[in-house]
Amino acid sequence: MYAFTDEQLQLRDTVRRFMAERTSTKQTRELMESISGFDESLYRQLLAELGVGGIHVPEEYGGAGLSYEELAIVLEEMGRVLYPSPFFSSHVLATNALLLVGSPEQKAEWLPKIASGEVNATVAFYEDSNLRDLRNFQQTVQNGRFTGSKERVTDAFGANLIIVIAPDAVADRMPCFWLARCGRDADIRYEPTNSIDETRRIGEVGFYDVPVERLGDGGHTQQLYSQFIDFACVALANEMVGGAQWLLESAVEYANNRVQFGRPISSMQAIKHKCADLLLEVEFAKSAAYRAATAIAEGDSKLPEYASIAKAASNTAYMQAANDAIQIHGGIGFTWDNDTHLWYKRAKSSEVFFGTTEMHRETLMQRIDLAEGA
Amino acid sequence: MDWHEDNVRNDVRKFLEANWDPNADLLEWRNKLIDAGWGMPSWPRRWYGLDMPQALQQIVAEEFAHVGAVTVARTGIRLLAAETLLAHGNDSQRERYLRKILTGEETWCQLFSEPGSGSDLAGSTTRAELQGDEWVINGQKVWTTSAHHADFGLLLARHDWDLPKHQGLSYFILNFHQEGVVVHPLKQMNGHASFNQVFFNDAKIPRNDQVGNDGDGWQIAMTTLMHERRNAGNIFTEGRARGAFTGSIYAQADAENKILLEPYTWYPQRAGRVDLAVPRAIETGAIDDPVARQEIAKLLIMSRCAEWTALRARAAQQQGQPQGPEGSLGKLAGSNIAKQAAKVHTLIAGVDAMTAGVDGPEQGIIAEILLSVPAISIAGGTDEIQRNIISERVLGMQKEPRMDTGPFKDVRKN
Ligand SMILES: Cc1cc2nc3c(=O)[nH]c(=O)nc-3n(C[C@H](O)[C@H](O)[C@H](O)COP(=O)(O)OP(=O)(O)OC[C@H]3O[C@@H](n4cnc5c(N)ncnc54)[C@H](O)[C@@H]3O)c2cc1C
Repeated sequence: MYAFTDEQLQLRDTVRRFMAERTSTKQTRELMESISGFDESLYRQLLAELGVGGIHVPEEYGGAGLSYEELAIVLEEMGRVLYPSPFFSSHVLATNALLLVGSPEQKAEWLPKIASGEVNATVAFYEDSNLRDLRNFQQTVQNGRFTGSKERVTDAFGANLIIVIAPDAVADRMPCFWLARCGRDADIRYEPTNSIDETRRIGEVGFYDVPVERLGDGGHTQQLYSQFIDFACVALANEMVGGAQWLLESAVEYANNRVQFGRPISSMQAIKHKCADLLLEVEFAKSAAYRAATAIAEGDSKLPEYASIAKAASNTAYMQAANDAIQIHGGIGFTWDNDTHLWYKRAKSSEVFFGTTEMHRETLMQRIDLAEGA
Repeated sequence: MDWHEDNVRNDVRKFLEANWDPNADLLEWRNKLIDAGWGMPSWPRRWYGLDMPQALQQIVAEEFAHVGAVTVARTGIRLLAAETLLAHGNDSQRERYLRKILTGEETWCQLFSEPGSGSDLAGSTTRAELQGDEWVINGQKVWTTSAHHADFGLLLARHDWDLPKHQGLSYFILNFHQEGVVVHPLKQMNGHASFNQVFFNDAKIPRNDQVGNDGDGWQIAMTTLMHERRNAGNIFTEGRARGAFTGSIYAQADAENKILLEPYTWYPQRAGRVDLAVPRAIETGAIDDPVARQEIAKLLIMSRCAEWTALRARAAQQQGQPQGPEGSLGKLAGSNIAKQAAKVHTLIAGVDAMTAGVDGPEQGIIAEILLSVPAISIAGGTDEIQRNIISERVLGMQKEPRMDTGPFKDVRKN
C-alpha cells in the first residue's frame, strides 16, 4: 500500500473523526483506574456505527470482507489516540488465530460473534519459559485438557473465549491452538498484572484442568504459529506508527508555541533537527508497516521478512518519538499531568511486546540466511 | 491520449520493433528517439516528449531494457539543466540546448557553490554586469563536478549588490569554450578528481543566455536543486541496459560513458554499496557474528524502508500531489544509509578495513566506500541544511532569526 484508495482514506477519516469526537485523554485517564480498562458502551458504539469489528473477516463469517490494509488503518487511528479497548485482542489476535487455523465450523461458530462484539476473545501464548523466546513452550495440553499459567494475556478480564497456544503432550513440541470457553465449568482464574502501560490491560491467566478444543486439524503448526506472530507484529506495528505520528505532531506544536530566549524553541536547530530526524524515522516505520499489511492482504511470501522489518522499524520510531517528545516538552514532559507519558508508556510496552528490535533484526537475518542459502 | 499501462507498453514495443537497431549510429538513433518522443516521454510534446505521466516511465524503461535499447543521454547534470530550461527557459534556449543535451553531444555542469557560499548559496559574490548586449562575469566557483568535461554551466551570479541577498541574483547559461573561463581540477580525499575550481575573468554571456529575468536567480536555482535532491542517486544513470546484447552502437555508448561517467565512478561507493553487505558477510564468515548481524539487519531495514518511502512519495505524486520538499527526506535517508553501510563494511572487514587498492578487500572497493561516504552528507546540500528544510517546510517549524537582511553589500561575508 504505497497510496491509499479513496475508500481507505474515507475509512481513516471516519475512524479519526470518531476518535476525536468521542474519546479524550481525560476519559482514558479515568479508564486507566477501572478494572476492565475500557468503556464498554463506547466500544459497542464503535463496532455498531463504524462496522470495524471483523473488518478483515470474510462476509460469510460475519465480517466486513475487507483486507488487512483496512485493519491496519483502523489500528493506526486507534494507536494515534491510545484508544483503550479489547479491539486488538478480539479483532486482531483471536480473529487472526481463528482465520489462520480454525476449521470452517469453528470459524462459523466464533467469528460472527467476535465481529459483532457479542464475544470478547483473546489469545494466551506467553508463559514463563518463552518470555524471551516465543518458540519455547513448556506447558502442554494433555488429553484435551490444559493446566498451566499464561502471562501477559491482553484483555482476559471479561473475555468469553481464550485461545490458548500450547503443544500437544503426545505430539511433537510444536505449538498448537486450542479454544478454551470461559464459563462456569471451566476453572480459569484471572489475575491482573501491573503494566507500565495502563491503557492496555494485561494479566496472568491460570488454567486448572480446563477442557480445550483443538483449533483446526493440528497440521502445519509451526508455520501457522509463526504466521500468527507475523500477523500480530504487523498489526501492532501499524498501531504503533499512529502513536508515533501523534507524538511528533504534539512535539512540533509545543515547540512552535513555547518561547525561550525571546523566540519559539521551534526556531532552534537542536529542536528542529531532532524533529526532522524523527519525521524520517516515523515515515520509514509507516512505510514498513503499510508494506507489511499489504503483504498480508496479498498473501506475499515475503511476509516473514516484512513483518520483522515493520516491527523493528516501528519499535525504533515509536521509542525515538517518545523520548524526543518528552525532551522537547522539557520539565512539563516529565509530569503526570502532561499527556506525553501516556504515549511513552504505550511505546515502551509495545516495543517489547511480540519481540524487541534486536530480536526482530536477528529474525530478519535468519530469514535472509534461508533465502541466500547461507 | 489515453495513458494506460498496456497501451504504453504496446506503443514502446511497436516503436522499438520498427526502429531499434543495435548497429545504428548512436547519434542518429538518439535523434530518432527524440523526434518520436520516446527518449523523454514525460516531457511536453512540444519539446521532444509525449506528455506522458511520469509514473509510466518505468514501463518504458522496462521495454528498452528488454531489447537492450540504448536511450537518450541522461548522465550527470544534463537532465537538471534540461528540467530547469523546461521550467524557466525561453523557447529559443530550449530550441538551442535541449536536443543536444539528449543526444549527448553537449555536457553540462552546475556552477552554484563558491568558496564563500556553499550552504548559504544565496551569498554568491560572483559578479554579473550587463555591458551592452553581453553579461560580463567575474569571480570563482568551486566543487564544480564535471566542469573539466563541460560545454555549458548553470551559473548563479549577482547582478545587483544593493538589493537584499536573495533578490540580487540572476541565472545564466555559461559557455565554457571561451578564454575568460579557467578550470582547475581538485583532488578529493578518495583520490579522484571529479570536482573543480572554475575561474571567470571577464567571461562573456550573450544576453539571450540569461534564464528568467534579473532577480529570478534564486527561485530558478531552487528548481534545479529540487530536481537534484529528488534524483540523488540516479544522477549517473547509464541509460543502457546491461546484458548479453551485441551491436556496434554499444561500443559508441561505452566510449561516451567512459568519458561522461568518469567523474561518477565512485558514486555507488559514496552511497555505501548496501548490495555488498550480505554477500561479503557470508564470504568472510562475519555472518556468524551476532554484532555484525545486528548492524547488517539495521542497514537492510533502513534501506528497505527508504525504498518503500520513495515508492509512497512517487505514488502520492501520481495522485496529483506536487513534488515538494520531501526530496530532502530522501536525501537525508540516503546519508544515514551510507553511514550505516560504512559501519557494516568496517565490521565485516575487521582489520582489513585499513587496507586499500589492490591490497584491500574487493580490490579496494571497500576502502573506496569508507573514503567516499563522507561526501554524501555534504554534496547537494548538507544534512544539516536538509534538516532545516524538512523542519521548516514539511513540519512547519519556525525559521531562525536572520543576520543577513538588508542590502547585500552590507551583509557580513567570509
Ligand atoms: C562530491 C561533491 C560534489 C559537489 N558538486 C558540486 C557541483 O557540481 N556544483 C556545485 O555548485 N557544488 C557542488 N558541491 C558543493 C556542495 O554543494 C557544498 O559543498 C555544500 O553545499 C556545502 O557548502 P560548503 O562546502 O561551503 O560548506 P559550508 O556551507 O561552509 O558548511 C560547513 C558546515 O556548516 C554547516 N552549516 C552551514 N550552514 C548551516 C545552517 N544554516 N544550519 C546548520 N548548519 C549549517 C554545514 O552543514 C556544514 O556542516 C559538491 C560537493 C561535494 C562534496
